[in-house]
Amino acid sequence: MISLTQFTSIVQVSLRSLWLHRMRSILTMLGIIFGVSSVIAMLAIGEGASREAQARIARLGSTNIILKTVKPPQQTATDTTQQSIAIYGLTYDDAERFRVTIPDAQVVVQSKIISHKAYYRNRVLAVELVGTVAWYPELAPVELNRGRFLSTADLHYSEAVCVIDRNVADNLFVIDDPVDTDIKIAGNYYRVVGVVSETRVQSNEDMLETKANSAPDTTSAGGRIYIPITTMKSRFGETSIQFGGSTGMVGEKVELSEITVRVPNIERVLPTRDVLDGILQRFHKQQDYQVVVPLELLREAIRSKRIFSIVLGSIAAISLLVGGIGIMNIMLATVSERTREIGIRRALGAKKQDIVFQFLSETLLLTLTGGLLGMALGAIIPIAVTYFGKMPTVITSEAMLLSFSISAAVGLTFGLYPAVKAANMDPIESLRHE
Amino acid sequence: MTPNTSGITGSCEAVVQLKNLCKSYFLGHSELPVLRGINLDFNRGEFVSIMGPSGSGKSTLLNLLGCLDRPTDGKYLLGGLDISEMDDDTLSGIRGKQIGFIFQSFNLIPQLNIIENIEVSLYYQQVHKLQRRKRAEELAERVGLGDRLKHRPSELSGGQQQRVAIARALANDPLILLADEPTGNLDSKSGREILDMLDELHSSGKTIIVVTHDLNIASRTQRSIHMLDGRIERQVTNGGRG
Repeated sequence: MISLTQFTSIVQVSLRSLWLHRMRSILTMLGIIFGVSSVIAMLAIGEGASREAQARIARLGSTNIILKTVKPPQQTATDTTQQSIAIYGLTYDDAERFRVTIPDAQVVVQSKIISHKAYYRNRVLAVELVGTVAWYPELAPVELNRGRFLSTADLHYSEAVCVIDRNVADNLFVIDDPVDTDIKIAGNYYRVVGVVSETRVQSNEDMLETKANSAPDTTSAGGRIYIPITTMKSRFGETSIQFGGSTGMVGEKVELSEITVRVPNIERVLPTRDVLDGILQRFHKQQDYQVVVPLELLREAIRSKRIFSIVLGSIAAISLLVGGIGIMNIMLATVSERTREIGIRRALGAKKQDIVFQFLSETLLLTLTGGLLGMALGAIIPIAVTYFGKMPTVITSEAMLLSFSISAAVGLTFGLYPAVKAANMDPIESLRHE
Repeated sequence: MTPNTSGITGSCEAVVQLKNLCKSYFLGHSELPVLRGINLDFNRGEFVSIMGPSGSGKSTLLNLLGCLDRPTDGKYLLGGLDISEMDDDTLSGIRGKQIGFIFQSFNLIPQLNIIENIEVSLYYQQVHKLQRRKRAEELAERVGLGDRLKHRPSELSGGQQQRVAIARALANDPLILLADEPTGNLDSKSGREILDMLDELHSSGKTIIVVTHDLNIASRTQRSIHMLDGRIERQVTNGGRG
């Protein structure tokens, strides 16, 4: 159809006529530059937001099913008797039933969370006291920094040991090494055996965790301290008393705050969730638990990301469309301006397709150059957004490729009509054109 | 689909044969005949002028000869090939290869320099870049503009521009040269130079057809064809040189 030398000279001629109208070319290109860069920036921001959400959820473990104790909603409304003790929540029996029903579920972690104050020398810190089992780190988003985690022996003997997280280590121990020191919680001393850091992001907790256990001190916890659940049971019991404002004392008996069940593979997650839900429904008269499936949240996040991307992408695509229309407008003006040149070229042997290629290549040069500049700008915007707006952004190669091919498609679509119009002009008329 | 246009050899004596050539324009339902049956032969190496008042159909005839248009009726044989039935792409090829246009207003492409303007028709014939450049340089030299290759048309005088146009018309070594009032936009001195150049081309064997109002030009050609109302009024054989 066209040879390489023809192609290069078409490009050369196009470049020259674009250069001849520099200002016009640049202004026309701006539409594409902004269109492409906004597509990339929008997608990068959307991708960044969704990756963050997905990473948070993934840290909870995609094969995990998390069951949480929730205070039944109607409890305070119906039961106005003072000094009554409300019994609700997940129980050891529940955990045992899960273990029996689903034998290949990897681990069942039981935990109980109560708020308390921890003392070391003259320092005090409000903490969440978590009673748990030795294999908790396998399922939960914690990472051992120093020492060790709780052992099965600790659990078996209900040892007074604890593992503290980074927050506690930083706030309670200013200069001392926390490992092998004793801290006081509710009048008892616990030996620190290890330090962990939580990989869980705080804002994520708001999303996933309904504060299950409202114990005396509900001030925001400064950190978490893990003790063996057996120790927790023997020292704190299962009942906690809350001194409410007008209702007086409200007692609560909660055995377990949280049970995490891990299944061998992702396909098992949703069926197992249904099974667990069934078991709980049979034994719990009231809705005092909540089932959280990170996998579902993940899927939800991916779904909403897709919608987010589509919305942002189409807004940006509209700006590309507007840019494209601008290009078509300019090209039509160019064609009518160069009618005579078209006539001369036709008289000198140019076929219709030669004229089409000529004008199409000009439009494509405009849009592709605009596309490349737009890609550069589109790569800079997310970096600026991350730097100044503290928002995570991820520029994907797909977004780059997509916006560049859109700009090429815009060039082809909006360049074709003016080019065909130019080619179909009557050469005699064109030659007479002033 | 595309006949080999280079197959036009012009081996027959008549390079151009027009047989009862008619051209009408249609305005709505009414037919406006412009050419009413032209029968003409142009021989190889002939220098012919076409004269006539405005509206006599000489421009239309020139457009038909230049394959820019197709006749409504009749036959146009260029070098023995029937042009009347060819499709647009083939006609483009014939224009580029067999016909050299010289326009009244030069019609150089403003954004191209001299050498590139000469190259245009070679380019559409897919001549290789180096050959193209070589041929264009030769032609520029031949019309006396060998030192202006990189200039833009706007930097040249009218006479020089027309010489570039002649070089461009010669690029593909066409069968016929069509000149439409080639001196119409020139002062008399430049006009004389251009006419001398056409004479020179004629003596080197080119077939040249000139459309003109100017009797002086017509008198330099071998044969003048006078048109009126779409018909050939008379033909005058001049005692012209060559």
